[in-house]
Amino acid sequence: MKEESAVEVPQPLPSGPSAFIPAQVILDEGARQEVMTDTLLSVSHADHIATIMGLHPAYLGCFLRTQNALLQPDGPLPLPWRHYIIIMASARHQCSYLVKLHSSAFQLAGGDESWLRGLHCAPPKIQRLQTLNKLLAHRPWLITQEHIQELVCPGADPRWSLAELIQAVVLMSHAHSLASFIWGCGIHPEPDSTAEQHPPSASPAERLAQPPPPQREDPNRQEWTEAVNEVQLLMEKMMLVQQQEEEFTPEEMVTRFERERTESILEPAEVVRAALPDSISRFVQDPDFIYQDFSPRGEQSPPTMRAQDYSWEDHGFSLMNRLYGEMAQLLDEKFQVVCALTYHTMAMHTHVDTSTLRKALWNYIHCIYGIRHDDYDYGEVNQLLERSLKVFVKTAACHPEKTTLRMYSSFWRQFLHSEKVHVNLLLMEARLQAALLYALRAITRYMT
Amino acid sequence: MEKMSCPSTVSGRTMFCHLDAPANAISVCRDATQVVVAGRNIFKIYALEEDSFVERLNLRVGRKPSLNFSCADVMWHQMEENLLATAATNGAVVTWNLARPCRNKQEHLFTEHKRTVNKVCFHPTEVHMLLSGSQDGFMKCFDLRKKESVSTFSGQSESVRDVQFSMKDYFTFAASFENGNVQLWDIRRPDRYERMFTAHTGPVFCCDWHPEDRGWLATGGRDKMVKVWDMTTNRAKEIYCVQTIASVARVKWRPERRWHLATCSMMVDHNIYVWDVRRPFIPFATFEEHKDVTTGIVWRHQHDPYVLLSGSKDSTLYQHMFKDASRPVDRANPEGLCFGLFGDLAFAAKESLMTGEAGRKPYPAGDRRYPIFFFKKPDVTEQFAQVASALSVFESESDGSSRMDWFIKTARRYLLSGKPFAELCDHNAKVAKELNRPQVSTTWTMLRIMFSDPGNPAPPANHNMSKLGNIPLMNSFNLKEMSSALNERNKENRQDNLHNLETNLNNDENEETEGSDGQAEYLFGDAELDDDDLYSMEHENQAEEAEFSLPQEAFPLRHEIVDHPAAPEPPAEKPESPQVSGSEAESFCLTPMESFSLISVSQLLYQPQLTPSFFSPVVREMLDHYAEQGDVQMAVSVLIVLGDRIRKEIDELTQEHWYMSYIDLLQRFELWNVSNEVIKLSTCSAITCLNQASTTLHINCSNCKRPMSNKGWICDRCHQCASVCAVCHHVVKGLFVWCQGCSHGGHLEHVMEWLKSSNHCPAGCGHLCEYT
Repeated sequence: MKEESAVEVPQPLPSGPSAFIPAQVILDEGARQEVMTDTLLSVSHADHIATIMGLHPAYLGCFLRTQNALLQPDGPLPLPWRHYIIIMASARHQCSYLVKLHSSAFQLAGGDESWLRGLHCAPPKIQRLQTLNKLLAHRPWLITQEHIQELVCPGADPRWSLAELIQAVVLMSHAHSLASFIWGCGIHPEPDSTAEQHPPSASPAERLAQPPPPQREDPNRQEWTEAVNEVQLLMEKMMLVQQQEEEFTPEEMVTRFERERTESILEPAEVVRAALPDSISRFVQDPDFIYQDFSPRGEQSPPTMRAQDYSWEDHGFSLMNRLYGEMAQLLDEKFQVVCALTYHTMAMHTHVDTSTLRKALWNYIHCIYGIRHDDYDYGEVNQLLERSLKVFVKTAACHPEKTTLRMYSSFWRQFLHSEKVHVNLLLMEARLQAALLYALRAITRYMT
Repeated sequence: MEKMSCPSTVSGRTMFCHLDAPANAISVCRDATQVVVAGRNIFKIYALEEDSFVERLNLRVGRKPSLNFSCADVMWHQMEENLLATAATNGAVVTWNLARPCRNKQEHLFTEHKRTVNKVCFHPTEVHMLLSGSQDGFMKCFDLRKKESVSTFSGQSESVRDVQFSMKDYFTFAASFENGNVQLWDIRRPDRYERMFTAHTGPVFCCDWHPEDRGWLATGGRDKMVKVWDMTTNRAKEIYCVQTIASVARVKWRPERRWHLATCSMMVDHNIYVWDVRRPFIPFATFEEHKDVTTGIVWRHQHDPYVLLSGSKDSTLYQHMFKDASRPVDRANPEGLCFGLFGDLAFAAKESLMTGEAGRKPYPAGDRRYPIFFFKKPDVTEQFAQVASALSVFESESDGSSRMDWFIKTARRYLLSGKPFAELCDHNAKVAKELNRPQVSTTWTMLRIMFSDPGNPAPPANHNMSKLGNIPLMNSFNLKEMSSALNERNKENRQDNLHNLETNLNNDENEETEGSDGQAEYLFGDAELDDDDLYSMEHENQAEEAEFSLPQEAFPLRHEIVDHPAAPEPPAEKPESPQVSGSEAESFCLTPMESFSLISVSQLLYQPQLTPSFFSPVVREMLDHYAEQGDVQMAVSVLIVLGDRIRKEIDELTQEHWYMSYIDLLQRFELWNVSNEVIKLSTCSAITCLNQASTTLHINCSNCKRPMSNKGWICDRCHQCASVCAVCHHVVKGLFVWCQGCSHGGHLEHVMEWLKSSNHCPAGCGHLCEYT
């Protein structure tokens, strides 16, 4: 990504913004990005999220623009409500970072403090969002027009207007995907908030046992060469994928897609977590509702969503442009930036066309969420994404709270931290788009 | 080589058939007898019979249909009637030969594109040339005699959305892109495009060459616009632009109609519109049959402008006859109304409606209007209904302060104290009357009637009324009528009950409403409903007033918005005008006021049992109403004039609030004396104490220049008399007046007297003193 440098990578410091990424790395890599410093300076308070995202300044810019637009006074929902919706949404992924952050913002915006005592204290109108929130967070493909109708139709009381609803949907999916990013990068809580979040790096013992990822000066020569070979291999595969003119039967394509989707690669040793802390659980209803692979052939499950039938560029944007125009533009820009983001580098190699790799990641995440691109060969996913990477991606996307340092460090051992953050960005945006597409499709169906 | 026969006569009717699945695209064969429908799960050919669609062929064959059948686009060759091409969502381009003897008609399969193919297009005159545009950013040209593409064009950008061969230029084709660009290519030069320009913000979903005009290209984009470009010049020039209400998915020029094109939208809107590009604000025709978004439109025959075919996501295929289309222009109201930044009002209406205006008398009060007539030259090629409309501009008086003239004048001329109650009321009623505020005037009169001592009648009310009604006002006229009517009833039934009265009044109410309705219509025709309609307040009187005092009454809200913290009254509440009030409850609670005041107009002496306190709730509501409307002046004035009669009925805080608002207004208009009078007359402690604040005048001794603390005329420090009259040389203990030029002065009377004889300072300093 950047030129090869012999930076002595220190042990992860618990004091940095992230539990996964050593603070020194962020400083070093960030320092080379003048744009980033500019961006950071313009933000009065560079929180940990911005610091980590600052490794990709081009993206950080439009991320902040979107987030500011979401939380600026213009819009159908009152400001405190918006913070409360984010609290509610991030609680589903047990992201105490966001819950804390927005709890204080909620109070600052003049929200009624009693709401913070729990969901049951919030107005019924907000409580009615619970189902949608739950589905958006874990199984967006189950969202149907009936869910929308329940909230919007004239009989519903208290009723949501479409403009309010679409803003709430954007807020919720924004919070869900941001939670993925936060867990995926192991971001520490802000220092000023009382640290209650268990940093994803489970124990110091584990941290010690785990070799810090990009140890270039690793004494263990063998492991080093092994890792270098991995990168070589991946690049060769990418070349291969780009060149291949392989003929494949459509049946084979379908099978490949289904295989990717249902592949059971969840973390085998599920980290047993303590029961939810009260600060989170009071914002969560039905905490047992989590992501689940759906059997595509099952009768009750909805059919696969085809990307060609409901795409962001054509349909999603058009609908959102009508209901929440400004946000449509911002999101469109953000998706474009994140899809085009590349530095033509891979680990120690430069001038690499990484488009196939990025495409594979993006489509893999859509695939996890049941969105199928007709024109994509899902065999590529299998070839390009190693198992440990898939484990990380799927965990961070579907069960972000279960992401561990071990997962983070075991994939792409040779890659820079900023590249791993790049993976997290792709993950976050692909997830956001997938959730939005399902919600927007339901709204479209409701409207027709 | 084209030997297209024009279709003999327009036959057929609007009809449709159900498809099994949503359609993505449709295309017709050359002789317009068959149509192909393609979609993700459908690929069929229908024959167009006289009054129905008949399924001819299902091209989706095989045990397990592959993705190659999942079509994003389809095109029927316009030269070779057995040849079709489809674009598949998995990136395949497939050609089909209907002449193949077996069931599977697939002929060629090109899998050169990596991503979804969005569009295929046959060359209009060349049999074997096929062009495709794909999501991967490439366009490929296939020669159907070979197994692979002959040339590849790279758009250097993501996603080709549409490709179209030019109808007139053999080698040219246009391609539209997701980034908003349109490129023109020469089929012989695959290395780079001939021309590129940015047509839209966001994706350009479609483009279409004009069938006759060489170089006219229509493009439609996600930015909801349809643009027509002239490509014959050096730079592509936008010549027409139509703004639609949703992303434009398809655009097709209408055959034989040079200026017409049909569009359908990507999302939300299901209709098909036919536009005359010269009239971009309203569709020429609309087809509203589909229940979900229309995905494909095609004119049935190249030379027949009357039949349009369309496929939709709602799984239907329609044939639309032009004669069945709805014409939005027929239903449109060619009227428009708009407020300018400075309160000017422009109104446009059909000319026929405006002609009744001619005999009207012009506005008094310096109100000018400019009738402006725009004539569009009737164009025979344009089939739009010709509508001539007249535009009137009502200009309010230019300087902003004059709008509040009524306020200032009223404030100056109202009498709030110093005379018997009845006289005050009469005086104020007269003032209001002269300022063209009949409602206010009537209110004053009613107040007088309600609260006057019955044993000591003031001048007869009827006389008063007719005096007020010099100009035959509908209001006073009705009052008289009603009062006489009630009169009779009262004679019959002395012990009148409320209910009876109410029904009587309700009768009148109905008539009244009808009357005002008629009036409103009349006014509307005269383009004057303006403020009345917008604010819908003071309906009854407003309509009457509009003729006299448009500028004054049009802006009572203005000062409320600026100065008056109370929320603007919702238009539904009109508690002061029972005749038009729609709500039962309101008319109920207000009826007594009107009715009893009417009774007392003529029957004052017969109703002695009604104590003034009986009216208090009504008056309170009336005051509330005025205050809510922003006329806090009226509220306060009545409050002061009525004094103890009403004060206890209104809570202190409200009173204080009104006083404060009114005083604030008065001071803003520099009406210090009135403001002071109001403060003095107010009974609120919080208000009267305003006069007690900062009453101290600090003065310094004229000798030692130090502040004088104890007495105003002798300095504690230097023990000198500070203020000595320059005329009599005595100490001034009362009013001291001095010239600001030379700071000499003295007793007010002395100085005044002095100045009668001389302009110079009495102290002899030689200054020419000036006093105002």
